[in-house]
Amino acid sequence: MSFIALAAAAGLAIALVAGPVGCFVVWRRMAYFGDSLAHAALLGVGVGLMLDLNLSLTILAVCLLSVPLILLLTNSQHVADDTALGILSHASLAIGITSVSLAAGGTLDLSSFLFGDILALSEADVATVIAMCITVGVVLAKFWRQLVYVTIHFELASVEGVPSRRLEVMLMLLIAVLVAVGMQVVGALLIGSLLIVPAAAAGLLAGNPERMAWISAMFASAAIMGGLAMSWFIDTPAGPSAVVVATGIFAFAKLLSLRS
Amino acid sequence: MSNLLSLQHIHFQHKGRTILQDVSLTLDAGQIVTLIGPSGAGKTTLVRIALGLLKPSSGSCSRKAKLRIGYVPQKVVVNQLMPLTVERFLATSNCERKMLHDICEQVSIQHLLNQRMNNLSGGEMQRVLLAKALLVKPQLLVLDEPVQGVDVTGQAELYQLIQDISKRLHCAVLMVSHDLHLVMSATDTVVCMNNHVCCHGHPESVSAHPAYLELFGKNIEPSLALYTHHHNHVHDGCNHDVANIDEENKA
Repeated sequence: MSFIALAAAAGLAIALVAGPVGCFVVWRRMAYFGDSLAHAALLGVGVGLMLDLNLSLTILAVCLLSVPLILLLTNSQHVADDTALGILSHASLAIGITSVSLAAGGTLDLSSFLFGDILALSEADVATVIAMCITVGVVLAKFWRQLVYVTIHFELASVEGVPSRRLEVMLMLLIAVLVAVGMQVVGALLIGSLLIVPAAAAGLLAGNPERMAWISAMFASAAIMGGLAMSWFIDTPAGPSAVVVATGIFAFAKLLSLRS
Repeated sequence: MSNLLSLQHIHFQHKGRTILQDVSLTLDAGQIVTLIGPSGAGKTTLVRIALGLLKPSSGSCSRKAKLRIGYVPQKVVVNQLMPLTVERFLATSNCERKMLHDICEQVSIQHLLNQRMNNLSGGEMQRVLLAKALLVKPQLLVLDEPVQGVDVTGQAELYQLIQDISKRLHCAVLMVSHDLHLVMSATDTVVCMNNHVCCHGHPESVSAHPAYLELFGKNIEPSLALYTHHHNHVHDGCNHDVANIDEENKA
């Protein structure tokens, strides 16, 4: 398969899941949480290189392990303790970059981790990305209604027998998996925006939570495809280009919502 | 044991502070119990323990097996970017459409179904939350400050509505209120608390109890004055209401 088809397959898989997951990130004000995880992913790269481990697995493990750490630090059931997250987020960014350059002795190009390297994916990489995205997507679909309920009102859902706390933690783990996978495709600095920007644009236009998730998935896909097209035709880096397209979509959605 | 809910010798401590001390409370079918007390008195904590959202430090909380609880929180605020209509909000409980529409009619919110949750006024929000609680066919309704953000006429109407619903569904009600006089007619038992139970009983006996007067003594007059004021601009035909309340004030 040509590299561009592989890139499109991986990008679309991530976009279709990042759209709906991003809705929760927006609704629950977890933008900072997403960024912290992305920076933790970079720490994963450093650790993986230093100990000579499989990079994808190390990134995934570090992202998943940061969830309990973040919960411990923020010490609240509704997250968003922005100071604690800020410390954790930037500390892992700094430690990650330091350890990567220590491990690779300055020969490694950091930018592929910061901005992604969607055009360099192998067939095995893409298969892994798709499998992970399907897993996250299926779990999200199965618990969608309950997750929406918990997001609307934690206690109300609990009284009606919804295991609110467990669902919240599960959502965080799902985001961690998506960030770990997405980071290798669109980069640590930009995966957060793929979660937030399409969802925010969809929120301006949709009439109910479910439609918002679909529109968000469509917007995220359009952003990825647009980014790849820009990369193909005018030779810009694919990850940042995708975010540029997503931002354009958001601006357009904002204009539309102002008109109506 | 026939009680719907039985709280026995509840103690609750949080970060070294005693919030509840030896609080006991029971509720039977059809009974309306109101918790009153100053802010920080532990009313909401007690409600959360009754709902099973919090575990007491010591003491026991037992609910009747498979007790269906309808919970009315103070308010529901969703993110501006969450497109949530009243209808979609109500549909988070699994119930039939027919029942949903019947209940909306009972609490007069049919016209709000397509409204966004964030655009509701205080009174509309409380009615929507009440409808939500009724969807689970509750045997026990738990309301935490059900009249917050509602104007005084609306408050009296809401209490009346809660009382009517309790009678019609024969369900017990546990509610938190800050104003004894507004709930007086709509409640069977008042529990006046300030981290412990100061006094409890029929609303009229509580309102004369020294422990109550010590806690609330100074608050009584302004709330009644406000109540009267609000009825001053009622149209002709309802004047007797104004007169009655004025007389009560003088008494």
